[in-house]
Parts: sequence; structure tokens; C-alpha cells
Amino acid sequence: MRCIVFCIPSGASQNSSDSGWEAKVTEFFRQRLMEKDAHTWVPSLNDVPLHYLKPNSLVKFRCLIQDMFDPEFYMGAYDTVDPSTKVLRCGKYKDVTECGVDLDSANMVTSERQTFYCVPIPGESPWKCMVFYAGARVVPSTSYVPSRQKRSYEDDDEDDMDTQPQAQGHAQGNGDSKRQETEAPSGQKASSPPLDLNFPLPGEKGPACLVKVYADWDSFKLNDTMEVYGILSVSPALSALSDQSDTSSSLILDPAECMETAEELRVHSPPASLVPRLHLIHTQRLAHNNPLLPPAALEDSAASLASTLGEMVSVRAELLAYFTQLLLGDVLAAEYLLLHLISNVYARRDVIPLGKFTLNLSGCPATAGPAYTEQLYCALQQLVPSAYRLSMTLQNMNQLRLVPRKDYVANRLLSGALQLAANTSLYLDETQLEQGQLDPAGVRNITALGNVISWQKVDYDFNYHQMEFPSNINVLIASEGRSLLPSDCHVHLQPQVTPPNMEAYLGSALTAQSSSQLNKFRLYLTMARTLDYSISEEVTKAVEDDFVDMRKDDPQSISADDLHSLLGVARLLCLSLGQSALSTDAWSRAKHIETLRKSRSEPQGCLNGNEP
Amino acid sequence: MSSPMSTPGGKRGRPSNPSTPASEAATSPPAQRRRGQPSSNGDLPLMPTSPPTDMPDPLQDTSLFSSPRRSVLPSEVDMSSPLMYGTPSSRVDGTPRSGARGTPARQRPDLGSVRKSKQVDLQSEPSAADGAAAAEQPAGQRLVIWGTDVNVATCKEKFQRFLQRFIDPSSKEDENSCLDLNEPLYMQKLEEISIVGDPVLNINCGHVSSFDAELYRQLVCYPQEVIPTFDMAVNELFFERFPDSILEHQIQVRPYNALKTRNMRSLNPEDIDQLITISGMVIRTSQLIPEMQEAFFQCAVCAFSARVEVDRGRIAEPAVCRNCNTTHSLALIHNRSMFSDKQMVKIQESPEDMPAGQTPHTTVVYAHNDLVDKVQPGDRINITGKGEEPHSFLMGIYRAVPMRVNPRQSNVKSVYKTHIDVIHFRKTDEKRLHGQDDENEQRLFTEARVQTLRELAAKPDVYDRLSSALAPSIYEHEDIKKGILLQLFGGTRKDFSQTGRGNFRAEVNILLCGDPGTSKSQLLQYVFNLVPRGQYTSGKGSSAVGLTAYIMKDPETRQTVLQTGALVLSDNGICCIDEFDKMSDSTRSVLHEVMEQQTLSIAKAGIICQLNARTSILAAANPVESQWNPKKTTIENIQLPHTLLSRFDLIFLMLDPQDEAYDRKLAHHLVSLYYQSEEQLEEENLDMAVLKDFIAYARSYIQPKLSEEAGQALIEAYVEMRKVGSGRGMVSAYPRQLESLIRLAEAHAKVRFSDKVETIDVEEAKRLHREALKQSATDPRTGFVDISILTTGMSATARKRKEEITAALKKMLQSRTKTPVMKFQQLFDDLRGQSETAITKDQFEEALKALCDEDYLTISGKTIRLAT
Repeated sequence: MRCIVFCIPSGASQNSSDSGWEAKVTEFFRQRLMEKDAHTWVPSLNDVPLHYLKPNSLVKFRCLIQDMFDPEFYMGAYDTVDPSTKVLRCGKYKDVTECGVDLDSANMVTSERQTFYCVPIPGESPWKCMVFYAGARVVPSTSYVPSRQKRSYEDDDEDDMDTQPQAQGHAQGNGDSKRQETEAPSGQKASSPPLDLNFPLPGEKGPACLVKVYADWDSFKLNDTMEVYGILSVSPALSALSDQSDTSSSLILDPAECMETAEELRVHSPPASLVPRLHLIHTQRLAHNNPLLPPAALEDSAASLASTLGEMVSVRAELLAYFTQLLLGDVLAAEYLLLHLISNVYARRDVIPLGKFTLNLSGCPATAGPAYTEQLYCALQQLVPSAYRLSMTLQNMNQLRLVPRKDYVANRLLSGALQLAANTSLYLDETQLEQGQLDPAGVRNITALGNVISWQKVDYDFNYHQMEFPSNINVLIASEGRSLLPSDCHVHLQPQVTPPNMEAYLGSALTAQSSSQLNKFRLYLTMARTLDYSISEEVTKAVEDDFVDMRKDDPQSISADDLHSLLGVARLLCLSLGQSALSTDAWSRAKHIETLRKSRSEPQGCLNGNEP
Repeated sequence: MSSPMSTPGGKRGRPSNPSTPASEAATSPPAQRRRGQPSSNGDLPLMPTSPPTDMPDPLQDTSLFSSPRRSVLPSEVDMSSPLMYGTPSSRVDGTPRSGARGTPARQRPDLGSVRKSKQVDLQSEPSAADGAAAAEQPAGQRLVIWGTDVNVATCKEKFQRFLQRFIDPSSKEDENSCLDLNEPLYMQKLEEISIVGDPVLNINCGHVSSFDAELYRQLVCYPQEVIPTFDMAVNELFFERFPDSILEHQIQVRPYNALKTRNMRSLNPEDIDQLITISGMVIRTSQLIPEMQEAFFQCAVCAFSARVEVDRGRIAEPAVCRNCNTTHSLALIHNRSMFSDKQMVKIQESPEDMPAGQTPHTTVVYAHNDLVDKVQPGDRINITGKGEEPHSFLMGIYRAVPMRVNPRQSNVKSVYKTHIDVIHFRKTDEKRLHGQDDENEQRLFTEARVQTLRELAAKPDVYDRLSSALAPSIYEHEDIKKGILLQLFGGTRKDFSQTGRGNFRAEVNILLCGDPGTSKSQLLQYVFNLVPRGQYTSGKGSSAVGLTAYIMKDPETRQTVLQTGALVLSDNGICCIDEFDKMSDSTRSVLHEVMEQQTLSIAKAGIICQLNARTSILAAANPVESQWNPKKTTIENIQLPHTLLSRFDLIFLMLDPQDEAYDRKLAHHLVSLYYQSEEQLEEENLDMAVLKDFIAYARSYIQPKLSEEAGQALIEAYVEMRKVGSGRGMVSAYPRQLESLIRLAEAHAKVRFSDKVETIDVEEAKRLHREALKQSATDPRTGFVDISILTTGMSATARKRKEEITAALKKMLQSRTKTPVMKFQQLFDDLRGQSETAITKDQFEEALKALCDEDYLTISGKTIRLAT
């Protein structure tokens, strides 16, 4: 099987313009990858350094679509120019033609494909990579050492050469000249600014990838997360830089030459060693981003998960205890934190996103400095697949680019910190905010954060107009007082314990959890989030009666908005218990905790006049 | 020669007949075209002159060309090919052509290197080398250009017939306005060219299509071959009719309005080399690029010069001097080479055409010669217009060029670069200045869509249907939704500038005020998402600058540029302003101009201008005391200046009704939101897309006028409104209210797709207006509707009370004239003691101020001094 996976790509794309084979290829791969464990045999670009991967082999890549380039036309089939060996070749799944092309041939077929710029899923938690990597170990390491003799020359300084492209087919001289050649481009790179790989979050690492899609590209959306199976292509001919060195010699007025700025060329044809190309054969949309769960939709594996469903109540209790410990003994806050972590925008009505649950945790002990909020984030990061902590310092607010912006010079979408995959946890640390002036960019950033929280959308800046992209980000705001940003739910922390040494206290709480326990939690959170939910007729009636009664007593006590949030809490409460329908018990419990919460925040609200 | 040719093509013989003297050809390179160079060598035709087969051109014969693409044998170059621009056949026939001969042809870079095309006989082997031989055979009619089914002679003939005969009596194009519609349209245009001297002939492809569908098909499929043929035909015809006219260069045909492709996203490989039309937005234009058309080489040894034309982007440098046979002695002389202007324009899909969740596509477009610098970044190039007449468009040939083959690499990228060579683009920005760009914004609807929309409009309950489709997730508030619906449609734009009043506002402004948490923001968000040109701002976060426009220095060019704010950006759209009450006064003040005059004046940093801001304003305001106080008036509750309030056509209160049945329904509505599936909801309500289209269609195509009865009804309504108040000594309507009524009635007529405003429209406008008034202009003290609350900020009773207090105070002061100076607090206490009704401090201060205005007294700090 493995052998087939590696060999077919190069064999299949050789010849035959018969259109039927293309469907067969994708079908073949799809079926093979469905087989048990098959997907773990394919090396992943996320975990394996690029130079260990064999060019033109099948690899996978877990990624987010960061930008969509224009569709490109390529030679779907072409004749080679050499008349003696004139054969029809296929250009699909390849970037580079072979043996020269007869441009006047009648057999030439022009086809269309789409290019997506993909980056690793932003903010992936470290624990996840470990799980993925452990899974990847299944493959014997021999398959990663491809038969590239050239490498042996460079074994001594292999570390420096990581980013070098694989050797090209046509021969170079001896080892020495090879060395010189490899150093030349790196010198070039130093002179021009390093290529910005355009990751949404600062400090991200990992390969970015240009994914070429051959069919059905309209179904992809920006910010989709998916696992791509495709053929890796790293030919150095793809780099824009290698092209330019040759131009000066010939007297050529290529119309294609002057139409793109150098900047655009650099961005759209980056060196393949930095941004490899991947010719897509099969994709798997990621409904969630948790490696502990099978990637497919839940229905497929319902049987295997039935047992986990049964355990949910007990896991929930354990998790609640853990959160209570983290939140200094505040059970109510722990409960809300749990609800927040399983929230998910599951539908939109007109403009209203349903299911979002932004939590504002105020009253974070300030005396401990940033340590508390930071450690709380670390603890949460341990549990969710992807998370990002944005400390809302004045400098960050004024200088960070939160909203993606179209750069028309380079013709690409410059990413921003709010270009996040669905269900990413965004942790806003407002305790870091100090007095000072927000400049216009800062105001825009705050507005953008407010939009994400209220409407779950980000207005990407296209200079001449804005374009709205829906988001699904779990926002948690940690603040001292009530946050200046809106939130669905505001809980004021009431610590029951005051440990003398906060750091040691939290540290011990963190380390107390075994990794199997943590895995259980992770699984639980993802599971609870993906459960279905419904409300039966009787419960609807009961809720209505309840609402009318409450309004009868005191019309001011509950408004339509309150009912909205109450329904939201009730839903999350049900899901957290593994129930898929609202029960009257859950309803009254939701009412109970909401009352508790409100009684807490009322005095707080009066102190701070930020109530809109 | 000015009489129209009765039998077109009759004077022309077979396409090609080699009769040109060899001497001519020997001195002139093939297809030499020099722009701007008058024909000093009068007897040398500037037309391509080399004879076909029997007299090989010396230049080509030397085979100095090393270009890899030069595979075409000289013998294959056929003289009847359209790339030869000139009119070889006419020369053969001895037609007088003095005019044509003195006019240089101008190369058309937009058509690319057409001269590569060869003609082949349909019956001969396409790749046979004897194509040219076939060309000389009498069976000229079967000749087609290689790779196409275009026969040059037939095509030319057809086109000339089209030019001479096409009459379009129903033409609505503005540029044809001065032409006689019953005469052949294009002959008149040719006449115009002969007078004006602008050698460009615009051809509406719709006309071609209706005249000769086959010709149209050929034009769209093989523009590269057909357009030069058209050029040839036009020039022949033109110089026959106007032999003495002098043009800068030969006439070029610019077709427009081909309906091949509309959307950038739908371009695919089949469109390559075809005539297409696309829409989009210009995002970037390059500097002018001089593109070499012809290189001039000079021998360093003997100064012999040679000209080499650029062939597919390459210049084949002659290796040997033909004169002295020195090798590698030729050097390129730049300032004697010929260049043409070229500009790269990047076009991006317009946001309206895009599917959700994807990024816009961009396309590279090349503009050539006089089309350079015709567009600027930010310009929208839309396919728009009534039926078939587009107002601004871009049209060109879609190209795909293989990536340059690197001579040192056998493997090349298998990707093509695509671009569009512009044949024509036109914008109607001249119209914009005059504020008549309604048409510019028009979207084109398919027949089927128009049919569905019309069916929907014909339904008797269309008004209710639409209003319930508006923000279905927000419960109830029917009248508010209806008001917003009418706002979305807007009134008819009227122009009274001739009578000195300028434009009347056609936009409806609405203010929503009410308790927090009554989904005002949701409604605003919904509207913002519904309309194509919506802007959403919050009063809290926006400054006057953010709303209007600001000047900033471009960091790159260091030029000051005008950045427009929300109000200008929502020109012809809706500007949604949340938290209207939290806006600073200075910000609000800019709204005064926008909300009535619909313009925005800016005087900043040396830039003084007036921008159009024909925007409807949908604002939401919270009461000052966080909860609406029913005992106070609207003004008192929201603390907005009445000058601003009176500019709102409708002011709605969104209050909690606090009623059990309502609560129950509301709860049910909300709960159902949480579990109903998308499909269920969609069945119940009108699709948002349909609603969008409906509004867009009505806005652009329906311009209702007041009917006689409707006018009468409006007058009655107005008189009635004024009567209501007059009994109690107050006025309850002002002309502004009448204008509001007219706008609302027009909008309601638009909902019905009716071109006439009828009585029912007026009835609904009246009802809605009354509803809104009832909610917002009810005097809490008396319970009567009192428009003066909104127009003067004070109800009539309050004003009466104020006058009473002032009078009482004056009387009291007059009674004690002996003490001209008194304490504020003391006077206040005295007055309160005297009066039988309670007087608040505010009322007292107002009274004092009124007296102060009368110069009866002066106030300094806490002391009051009587004026003497």
C-alpha cells in the first residue's frame, strides 16, 4: 500500500489525455486513505521538515486557507518539442513541464486550476503537535530519508542547508561549485528583506504552502481548515528569484515581464524551499481540530464514541473541579468557563450568530501581576486545540494588525491576528491595559474586536471597500474591572482561597493533571461542542410560560435579550452534560446560575459606567 | 466619390493579385508602419507592399532573423490577410485612394501580432506549405484565415454592408442624439469622423448582432482577425467617400457591448483569444510603459540602418550587416526605434459579484495608446444599463501567454500568464458630476429574475411580505420594519435646480429610539448587510472626521489625499449610525447639511470641496436615563437638538410593550430561533437575496411620479394635519412633513413597481407617518400629537407655561423696581412663593434668560440687575 501511495503520483501523471483517469485517480486515493490507519502513513508537512520529504511524493498538510490567488491556466496536456521522442504528456499535478514544449501543437490542452495560500492552523497548541507527531512515528523512519545522493555532500553542514531546494535534474559540476551555488541565493536573500510568510499570528512557525486545486475550488472558503493530501513539488524553477538572474542576458521584451511588480512576483512565486507547492489530490475538511478524535464528522464514528458520551457527566465533574482550583475556588466562574469553552457558532439568523458565548472574567487578582492571567491561559491552552493570547497592552492595540488587509502592490491578503480558524480560543488579557491614548489604528482594532464579539465577523480591509467574513472565535476576556469590550456574559471572580504564592499554587494545579486526564478533558470539550441540540414542544411551552410569569412579576427583570442569553446558557449546559435536548431541569439550573451571576455583577456594574 | 456605394464589394476583385512593382518592395520592409511620420516619399505607399510569392522580400530572404518563432515562410504571407491593413484589392482595382495613401496606419498593439495569421484554403491541408498558392487561386471565397472560419473578403463585404445600411430608429444612446435616426447610423458617424478628425469608430456589437448574427459570432470568436478586417473595410469606405480628409492615422474600429462574459470569476480557458466584456473595479494602474514596436539598428561600421519589428515580444537582432557584411556590428538606436504606449491596469472583481467567503479575483489588463490613463484606481467598471446599452464597461481580448521559456532550462513552468488587451473602455463619470448616475449603479438582471420580481410585485400583499421578510429574527415592530422598508426604496429623485431650489432630498431618514435591549442594533446590522452601499458606524466610536472626510498625507507619494468617511462612502446607500445620542455635538453638526442638502462641504488643508452624500440615515438612540421615561417628550428623553430631529422623516419608539400575549409570542419566537433548522426558516420567509434584488431593481428602474389624485390626497392630508393642531393654538405640520409624506408615498409606489403614485400609496404614507408621530411626538402632558415637540423641541403646552412664568416674573420684578440688584436664589424663592403651581429651577432660569434677551435685566453670576 505504501509503495503504491508513493509511486502512483509520478506514474499516473505521465501520459494519457483520457479524461476518465483523473476521476479515477482521486477516487483511488480517497478510498485508500479511508482505509484504517492509511492516513498515518503519509508524512505530514506539519511535523516533518521539508528537506526530509521526497519531492513528487504524497504528503499531507493540516492547514488554513489564508489567501486565494487568481485561478491559473496551465498546460493540461502538451507535446514535447523533440520530434524524435514526441510524446503527449500530462501537465496535471505538476508545476514544471519536461523536455520542452511544442507550443503550436494541436494536442495542447489548456486547463484551469486554482491556487490557495495555506498556512498551518494558527495558534495550534503545543500538546497537539506532540500527539500528531506521536501518530506519525508509525511510519518507519527510512521512508523519510529519500534517495538523494546529493545530500551526502552536505551532510557536514546539513543544519544550515535545511531550506535549500532539492538538487535539480540537470547536472551541476563537482561538489565545490555546488556549494557555491547554494550559498549564492542565501546571500541574495539577505540583501532583500526576508519573505514574510504571512502567518496570522506573530511568532508562528511552520511551512506555508501553495496548494493547487484542480476541481471544485468554489467550495473552498477563506479560513477553512482542512487536511490536504497532495503531491509535493519543490522544483527550484518555481522561484521568482531564480528567474530574474537570467533575464539580463537576453534581449527579450516579454509582456509578462513588466506587468507584475517585483513584490508581487516575490509573493506569488516564492522559493519552493520556503513555500512548497502541493498538488491537491484529496482533502479532508476538519470539522474540529482535535487529533484525539477521528477527523471525520461524528456520525461516522458514533459507535466508538458512545462510551465517551456516557462518561461525559463524570468527566465534566472532574473538569469542573479542575477549573474551580484554577479559578481560586470559585465554582460559579468555573461553570461558566466550562460553558464558554464548549460554545460554538452553530447557526446564523440574519445577522445574529447563535451559540457564541463570550465570557468576561473580571476581578482577576491584580496583585499577582500578569502571572495569574498568563498561567490561566497556559492551563486553557493545554485543553483546547488552538488558542491565542492577546495581551491588550496599549502598544499592542496600537500596533498589531488585527484585521487582514489587502496589499494591492503585492496582490495578497496581509493576514491579521483575527484571521483565525473556527473554534480558536482568543484570550484577551485586559489586565495589561494601561492608561494612554489609542491612535486611530488602535480604535479600529478595538472596534474589530467588538465586532468579533458581537457579530462574530471580521471586516477585512480591501482599501476601496470592506468585505465581511464570518468568524467563529471563542473570546475570553480577563480583566480587573468590567471589560471595555462587550461580552455575552460577565462573571466577577470571587476567590475563595488566597494562596500566598499564586505562581506555585497554579503551577501545582497544572502539574497535578496527568496527561491521560488532560486527554480526557480535551476529548470532552471537543465532543460537547459538536453535539446536536433541540428543544421539544413541551419544553418550549414551559419556557414561554416561565418567561411570561417572570415578566408579570416585574417587567424590568427580564428582557428579550436576557431570554436570549438564558436560552444560550441552557443550551450549553445541556451540551456539557452530554444531553442533546433541553430539559426542564437544565432550564431551571440555567436560570439559577444566571441569577447567581447577576447578583454578583450588579454592584460591579454600578461602579463602572461602561454599560452601553 | 461621396455618394454611398450601392454595391459594396462590387468594385473589388479577388483578394490578392500580385501586381506591385518589385522596386517598391525592395526599398520598403514589409508592413512598415510609422506613426506620426508623414509620407514624404509620396510615391511609396506606406501600405504593406511586398508582393506575395514570386518576389521574396529581400529582408526576409537574407534569413538574418534568428527568432525561433519565425517559422512562417515568406511564401505563406498572403497579401489579402487583414494584418496588412492597407487595401491591396482596391489598389488592384485602381480605385483612387489618395486619402488613404497619405494616412499612416497605426499599429494596434491591442490586437497583438496579427500578422502571423495565414490564410488557408478550406479544402487544402491546413498545415500545407502551399497555402499562399491557394490564395492566388480564383476560388477566393473559400479562403479562410488559418485556424478560423473567417473569410476576409466576405467578412469585409458584410461589414461594409452593415455600415452602409444599419439603421437603428430606436436608438437611445446619448451620443447618437444629434444624428438622424432614419439614416444609416454609422455612415453619419463616418461623416463625423471626417469633420472632427478623431479616427475611432465605435461599433455597438448589439447592432452587428441584430444585423448579421454570423458576423457577430465571428467577431466575438476571432476578434484578432476580424477587427483588422473591419478596420480595412472602414478605411476603404471612408476614403472612398471622403478622399480629401486628413486623419492622424487610419480609422480604428472599436467594438463594444458584446455579451460574451460578464463576471471575472466565470472566465475560463475557452475564453482565450475571444472578445469578452467584464466588469470590476480598478485597483492599480502602472506607469506608462513604452513598448517597443520597431527596433532601429545601425551598423557601427557603415552606418547602414535596419528596422526590425517586434515579434511576439522579441526582437531578432540582425547578426550581420547587409550592407558591409560585418558581423555583430549593428547597435540598437533607442531614440529612433518606435514605441507605443502601454499601461497595465489591475482589475478586481466588484464586491457585489462575489460569492461569500472567498477573496476577489484580479485580472491584468493592458491598455494601449490612447486608452492609457483612461481609468484610475478606485474606478468601477460595471456592466450596467437598460437592456442593451452599457454605460461603462471594459472590453478586450482575453489572452494567455506561456511563461517565458528559459533557453537554459529544458523544463519550464507549465503555467500561462493571462491578461486582457483592452479594445475599449468607457466610463460615464461625466454624468456623475451632474448627479445623474442612477443608471451607473444599475445592475443587470436576467429576464427570469425580472419575471420573478415582477410577479412578486404584482401580489397584493407584497408590502406586507417584504416587510415581514425584513429581519425575520426580530420580533414584531411591524411599522418600524415597514418604515425601514420604505427607506430602502427611497423616493424619486427630483431636480429643481432650474427653479433655484436644487435637488430635493429623495432619501428617507429614520430614527429609532427606545429602551436598551430592544434589538435596535440588530435591525441596523441587518439593514447594513442588506444594502450594497451600507455603512455602519457607532456614534460612540466615530468622530466627525470618521463620518465626513479627512485629509491625510500619503506616506509614499507625500501628496495630500482626501479620505472619505462613512457618509460619503454610503452615497446612494444607507448609513446606519448606532448610539446616535452618544455622538459629540461637533459630529452631529455635520449631519445637518447631509440630512437635508445631501452634500458635504469640506474645507481642510487647502482642499475645499463639496462631496455628494445622498445617503439615507438610519439612526438608533438610547434614552439618556437608560430607560425611556414615558412622562417626558422624545426630545427630553434623548436630548438631541430638535433641528436634527426635524430632519428625520420617521421617528419610531421601540419600547417594551409589557403585555402578556406579546411576551408569550416573543418567547416562542426566540425559542424557535434556537432549534429550527435553516431550511425551515427559509421556507417561511422570503430569501434575503430576492429581497436584495427586489430593492435594487425597484431603486434603479422604478421612478414613480405623483398622479393627480395622489397629489390631491397629499394636499388634503397636509391640510388635515395642520388643522388638527390649529384648534388648540398649535401647528402640527410643517412643509417638511409634507415632503416626508411625498417621499414615503413614492417609496410605497416603488414597492408596488408602479410608475404612478396613487391614493393608496398616500394612504399608507399617511398612516405610517401618523404612527411614527403618535409614538414620538405625543405630548406627555396632554396626550395629543404635537409636531412642535420635534420642530421646536418643546410642546405647545410647555411653551405656554414658559411664557406664563416669564410674565409672572416680569410682573414681580416690575413691582419692586426700587431694588435694582437682587440675589438669584432669593428671587427664585420669591417667585415660587407667589406662584400657585410648582416652578422648577430650569423653568426659572429659562424665564430669566428670556427676560435677559428682552434687555430687561442682566445676569452676572448669582446677582440679577435690572436694566435701566
